Amino acid sequence: MSLPPMLRVSRLTKTYPTAAGPLTVLHEASFELAAGASLAIIGPSGSGKTTLLGLCAGLDRATAGSVEIAGETLDGKDEDERARIRNASVGFVFQNFQLIPTLTALENVLVPLELRGAAGCEPQARALLERVGLAARADHYPVQLSGGEQQRVALARAFVNSPKILFCDEPTGNLDGETSGAMVELIFGLNRERGTTLVLVTHNPELAARCQRVLRLRSGSIVSDEANVLVG
Amino acid sequence: MRFILSFAWRDTRSSRRRLALYSLSIVLGIAALVSIGSFSANVRQAIDTEAKGLLGADLFVTSPAPLTAPVLEYLHGLGGTMAREQTFSSMLTFPATRRLRLVQVHAVEGDFPFYGTFETEPAGGLSLLRGPGGPRVILEPTLMDQFGVKVGDPVKLGRTTFTVAGAVRKVPGESPGVAMMAPRAYIPLAALPATGLASGQALARYRAMLQLPPARPAGAVVRAMKDRFALVRLSFDTVEERKRNLGQALSRLDGFLSLVGFVALVLGGIGVASALHAYVRQKVATVAILRCLGASARQGFLVYLVQGTALGVAGALIGGVLGVSVQRLLPLVFRGVLPVDISFFLSWPALLRGMGAGVVIGVLFSVLPLLAVRRVPPLAALRSAAGEDAGGGPDPWRLAIGGAIAAAVAAFAVWQTGAVGVGLGFAGMLGVGFLVLGGLGGLVSWAARRFVPRRLPYVVRQGFANLHRPNNRTVLLLVSLGLGTFLVLTLFLVRTTLLREIAGADSLGRPNLLFFDIQDDQIAGVEAAAAGAGSPVTESAPIVTMKIGALRGRTVEAILHDKDNRAEDWALRREYRSTFRGALSPTEKLVQGKFTGAAPPGGGPVPISLEDGLAHDLQLHVGDEVEWNVQGLAVRTVVGSLREVEWRRLEPNFFVVFPTGVLEAAPKTYLAALHAATPAASAAAQQAVVEEFPNVTAIDLALVVQTLDGIFSKVAFAIEFMALFTVATGLVVLAGAILTGRHQRIRETVLLRTLGASRRQLAQIQLVEYAVLGIQGAVVGALLALVGNELLARYVFHVAAAAPAGQVGAAIAVVALLAVATGFAAGRGVVDHPPLEVLRQEA
Repeated sequence: MSLPPMLRVSRLTKTYPTAAGPLTVLHEASFELAAGASLAIIGPSGSGKTTLLGLCAGLDRATAGSVEIAGETLDGKDEDERARIRNASVGFVFQNFQLIPTLTALENVLVPLELRGAAGCEPQARALLERVGLAARADHYPVQLSGGEQQRVALARAFVNSPKILFCDEPTGNLDGETSGAMVELIFGLNRERGTTLVLVTHNPELAARCQRVLRLRSGSIVSDEANVLVG
Repeated sequence: MRFILSFAWRDTRSSRRRLALYSLSIVLGIAALVSIGSFSANVRQAIDTEAKGLLGADLFVTSPAPLTAPVLEYLHGLGGTMAREQTFSSMLTFPATRRLRLVQVHAVEGDFPFYGTFETEPAGGLSLLRGPGGPRVILEPTLMDQFGVKVGDPVKLGRTTFTVAGAVRKVPGESPGVAMMAPRAYIPLAALPATGLASGQALARYRAMLQLPPARPAGAVVRAMKDRFALVRLSFDTVEERKRNLGQALSRLDGFLSLVGFVALVLGGIGVASALHAYVRQKVATVAILRCLGASARQGFLVYLVQGTALGVAGALIGGVLGVSVQRLLPLVFRGVLPVDISFFLSWPALLRGMGAGVVIGVLFSVLPLLAVRRVPPLAALRSAAGEDAGGGPDPWRLAIGGAIAAAVAAFAVWQTGAVGVGLGFAGMLGVGFLVLGGLGGLVSWAARRFVPRRLPYVVRQGFANLHRPNNRTVLLLVSLGLGTFLVLTLFLVRTTLLREIAGADSLGRPNLLFFDIQDDQIAGVEAAAAGAGSPVTESAPIVTMKIGALRGRTVEAILHDKDNRAEDWALRREYRSTFRGALSPTEKLVQGKFTGAAPPGGGPVPISLEDGLAHDLQLHVGDEVEWNVQGLAVRTVVGSLREVEWRRLEPNFFVVFPTGVLEAAPKTYLAALHAATPAASAAAQQAVVEEFPNVTAIDLALVVQTLDGIFSKVAFAIEFMALFTVATGLVVLAGAILTGRHQRIRETVLLRTLGASRRQLAQIQLVEYAVLGIQGAVVGALLALVGNELLARYVFHVAAAAPAGQVGAAIAVVALLAVATGFAAGRGVVDHPPLEVLRQEA
């Protein structure tokens, strides 16, 4: 018996009303992703990559179609139910880091666990900060950290609730080449260690090349879905 | 919940100072409520403690005529102790300087007060009058200071020279306000006949002060006397009644001042709502991240509700502490107005009430903008545009909270005023006031976009642009600064309007010096003396005292006993000082009927003219018959005409005017008016007349204006003191608004700095912006004040409104300067940051 896919997307469509009439930014996208697999979504600006990521992660409601994460459908769920699913199963890394500016690095990492009401989880958060090389900066605020450091804190936060699936939106988009390389190593290293499913949106061909599958979007439609033969 | 509390606390890290400032918006309103509430409790307690000292006796029986033998006999029969007093206005002469001053003479006899202390300097009270040597007088200290008189110096009253025995400090039974009207002079009653002033005083008051035996409660005595002496014009004062009157007056003052404080609180609430609105906009990203990480909408909302509530509670605590401090200042503010000595204590109920109102208003106004947090989508973490309209769209909760705010404001107003209609009216007016100011704010914002010329220098255009660009605070600032300016300036303008109206006589050559109590045989002498002093009498009028005997054939006694009687008791029982003349005076206007100047021949009723207000109070119309008791002689009259009288002018005005040919033979006194060109001419005329006729009393218009100004100053200061809380709240709201825009301001400043703007240019932009905001807030407030002053002048005081450009201009300048100063203080540091440092912080 085969395991259900970690992410199942069926005929996903997103349309916005505009003054000039409805504007469809994503048109009937469908794909599945097995647990532990990695997927890169690429395409030119405005092709619908971020929209697709947002819908997959339950950050937005589709106009039509459905999304299932770890066997649990997001369809018909209200915002709070989807928030619960995100907290239980999903991790995020954003292009602009999205750390909470008023919290220290350690406190930022702890947020997902504290939201669950978990107590005594500081060692776990510290261990993750150590894993991303920031043990010494645990008590620093985002403004006191460089861009690369902020993104590493964001990565530690993404993994702290042991997500089943990690969504990354241009995780290296705001980083220089060297920092970006180190970041990519960390993402894939943690992904491997923890068996997390990975979905990332990127413009970076090298980063896309590290994923097992590459989904190419153009004008809101999936134009190709290819396995990356070089990645096992 | 633990997460909500801990996150709410951590989330404030970078904004605690800002949040503290937001809470300050409501602090001043709460402080005003607490201080007034607690101070009122102090006064109430003092009134209770000093109850008997408030009157100094168990009962006062007062009459405008000498107490009759039956009345005195009855009072003696009560078995208590009695003291007596005769009070009237007269001229006090200071022989050393030959200067004169109108004083209120109190001729006293007996051991008054029976309770409390008659405080004098030196101590001793009325016993100072009983020393050896000639007759003695105790004077008002202000009078002694003004005329350089010391204890032991001589002063002259009527024909008698008195020795000053001391200064009066506090008299049981007398409000300190009494001394504001005319300074007091206490003399022994026994010394009165020798002065020649014992009778014939127009405004005399005769009083018996009684200490009653325990078996005779004052209330029962009053009831019995009202029955027994129904036709005698007596008025009664008991400790209970005095307490009740004081309590009512205090409740009204407390209610009014609390409402003024409450306006500051509501304004602060609007400031909090506006500041939190901007705060929430800055927190959209944080909320979106929390939502991405699994926080529910409720959790996100609760985090900020905790902050909003904490802000309200913090504001209430600070406001409470500040209120208690201000309470210590209030005895100074109300000095000279209060009838009792206040000892400070903290009224916990007042403190809790003020703080409770603060928390309720603070939290309700906080919740309004915080509702938007529930609608921040997690998608905003990916796309900031997704969070832009978090607060938009219809939201039933917003309507519910808006309704709760309106209900809370109305409930507070009703509670303070104790009358549903008045309270709701106040709440409605407040709402309309805010809407008008808000509407004007919108108009100014629109006009700034539409009409500012493009050729103006860049810094000026940038300043104006701030009035209409996104996230502007134009409406809020107009409401806060405008309301404060409006309240304070209206008070100033009304005061000026009233004083100008009274003082205006000088410039128009109208009479400004009035002599009264002139006996029949003295009028020619008075006219000659005044003319000799250079200021001839321009108008004189005979006065004949009389009482109403019957109206439309029914005796006054019958009417007073008639339960359906709608005529006013005071008008039925008073002693009228009527005149006779052949024509209307310049201060009168005929409104109904025909004025008859000379009595028609024959024996029919005499056609008289009544003041229209009196006719209304007596329920009389043209054609109705009135029988007068003119010093024992019945005179039948008929109402021939009704007149409107301009009472404010210092000219001989009368309720009842007879035609000539009827009263000439009756015993009468005269009133004479003249215009003295200068203060020196006025003093000379008074001196000439009073020296020759010591019983004649003078009223100088300058003195009236000075007295009224003194009263206005005292009352207005108390109100202005409270209104200043509103102005200060407006400035705090302004500072809060500037701080909430600081993020945006820093970004722009840094960009301008990066593009080469100098420090000076940046400061100029700020100056223009704050000055424009300040001026427009002040101008709108001033416009409303002008409208308010005009309406009050026209419909309440019936005078022409005075609005000196200097006063209005000064108010606008002061508010604009305060706005600029507050703006610079709140925006301090924005210009000083090196671009790189700020760009990095903003990243």
